[in-house]
Amino acid sequence: METFITIIAGILFTVGTYLILNKNLLRIILGITLFSHATHLLLMAINGLKKGAAPLLGENAASYTDPVPQALILTSIVISFALTAFLLVLGYRTYVELGTDNMKQLRGNTHE
Amino acid sequence: MSNVLILPIIIPLLTGMLMIFFRRHVRMQQWLIVISLLLTIGVSTFIIHRIFRQGIIVLDVGGWHAPYGISLVGDMLSALLVLIASIICLMCSLFAFGSTSNDHKVHFVYSYILLLLCGVNGSFLTGDIFNLFVFFEVMLISSYVLLALGGKKIQLRESIKYVIINVISSTLFVIAIAYLYSITGTLNMAHLSERVATIGQDGLLTTVSLLFLSVFALKSGLFLFFWLPGSYSAAPPAIAALFAALLTKVGIYAIIRTFTLIFYHQPEITHTIILCMAAITMILGALGAVSYWEIRKILAYNVIVAVGFILFGVGMRTFESLTGALFYLIHDMLAKALIFILGGAIISIFGSDKLRNFSGLLLFRPSLGWLYFIAALALAGVPPLSGFVGKVIILKGGITEGHLIMSVIGIVTSLLVLYSVIKIFIHSFWGETLLSEGDQKATGTSALLPGSILVTFIIAMGLGAEWVLTYVEQAAEVMTNPSIYIDAVFKQID
Repeated sequence: METFITIIAGILFTVGTYLILNKNLLRIILGITLFSHATHLLLMAINGLKKGAAPLLGENAASYTDPVPQALILTSIVISFALTAFLLVLGYRTYVELGTDNMKQLRGNTHE
Repeated sequence: MSNVLILPIIIPLLTGMLMIFFRRHVRMQQWLIVISLLLTIGVSTFIIHRIFRQGIIVLDVGGWHAPYGISLVGDMLSALLVLIASIICLMCSLFAFGSTSNDHKVHFVYSYILLLLCGVNGSFLTGDIFNLFVFFEVMLISSYVLLALGGKKIQLRESIKYVIINVISSTLFVIAIAYLYSITGTLNMAHLSERVATIGQDGLLTTVSLLFLSVFALKSGLFLFFWLPGSYSAAPPAIAALFAALLTKVGIYAIIRTFTLIFYHQPEITHTIILCMAAITMILGALGAVSYWEIRKILAYNVIVAVGFILFGVGMRTFESLTGALFYLIHDMLAKALIFILGGAIISIFGSDKLRNFSGLLLFRPSLGWLYFIAALALAGVPPLSGFVGKVIILKGGITEGHLIMSVIGIVTSLLVLYSVIKIFIHSFWGETLLSEGDQKATGTSALLPGSILVTFIIAMGLGAEWVLTYVEQAAEVMTNPSIYIDAVFKQID
């Protein structure tokens, strides 16, 4: 199962990289969200999936799944959520002010 | 009593939050920011004093002991950097009082400066690698807002690039932490160091360490600095000074911490790569610094050269070279803040940063001119000033360790740095003046107070190098001998 999830994460990374190398700003942001999904999936899979019950003491199980990665993912999700929101608004402002969402036209330096 | 360690993080955080409620009261915000930063400086001086007398301070947050909870660890390295960061933050805010527009001030600029300092101080003091990531994000999110605040076209354009680059490097940081956690099963840095030492740093761990290196290299502008010149020249002057002095240095601190505490077992791979990257960084940075005719670009490339030079010292990993690197790091934070503040003042007087367009400022602003001249000499490392001591120690280490090519690169790039900053001096201060007698007499004066305070620091640090070195050497001792750090963190358990 871990192998499968790791491959899925790899595919997400590939698609994300492809999107980030795109010229369109919105696709870049989509690529970044895919990146964060892949990271969280990797973080979840990397220390073994489903090694025991859900980490709730009420389950009274013999073994529990490692709760540390889950806490890390939760933290990382909210951070990347905030970043995506900020990036979307920034992209919107840029579109309004500069009138383009093409990264080629956002270069700005005429002599380069 | 070790609770004192949380104060440099929590004072800026609480003041920054408090200031959100007084958006329109700019005068009050200015008083608040000065008071809170003076408090932070006082507290960090006290922390340094205590560490100097009694060794490393460890605070287990929430009372959970070392590997299970988050511990804040104050050793001399972190405490010195916290003190310098707070001083720089105060100077940049003093500069911001006069140099930023009123529109800026009512849109929470002081809150974000304090939250940025909270992130920086937290990154220096934390003893947990995931917590380091979180404090990095606290710092970076504030820096995104500070960069974009104002909404000019160039700011929007550059902050898009800056945010994308940093989000990707943060993603890589989380991946690196995930791999490290799956191999070692811990997140506490002291515990990580112990585990890596027991299982041995094999190929897998070395790969993970290189992933960490590339993440921190992106943050600090070591070799992967392509994003830096653009975004640092888009920010308003006071913010650019803050960025140049603090942001890249947190990346350097993270490299120093991970590669002296955790991944120090395979220096022939990791530290050779650091040295190569440092050499290329110095060369490319110096080339950039001499090739541009815009003040902002020249100064931004100077940041890059200094990053290369500090990591040259770190890459050699002897006691002497680490002492030199830390001394130079402290000097460079002060000098970069100073020269960006003065450069910002020059730009605001002329209203442009093209060097070919103006000259003859010395007649109207002699004090600004001489402050700039001292800053330029300090940056290049001329003897009575602070840049000299760090450079000499690193270069001496380089020659005795047999890194001759690196040392030559270090010396040559120092000359190029001197050329690039003196070029600004000659073209803006000398020559026939283009300004009329009363031409904007009032602009640029806000740089004089923070500028002269920082110059005093730089001269004092150069003259009192012996005294500063006693502190720096204590920090280098921990860097060369990680067991001091580990013992301090796990002391309570025994």
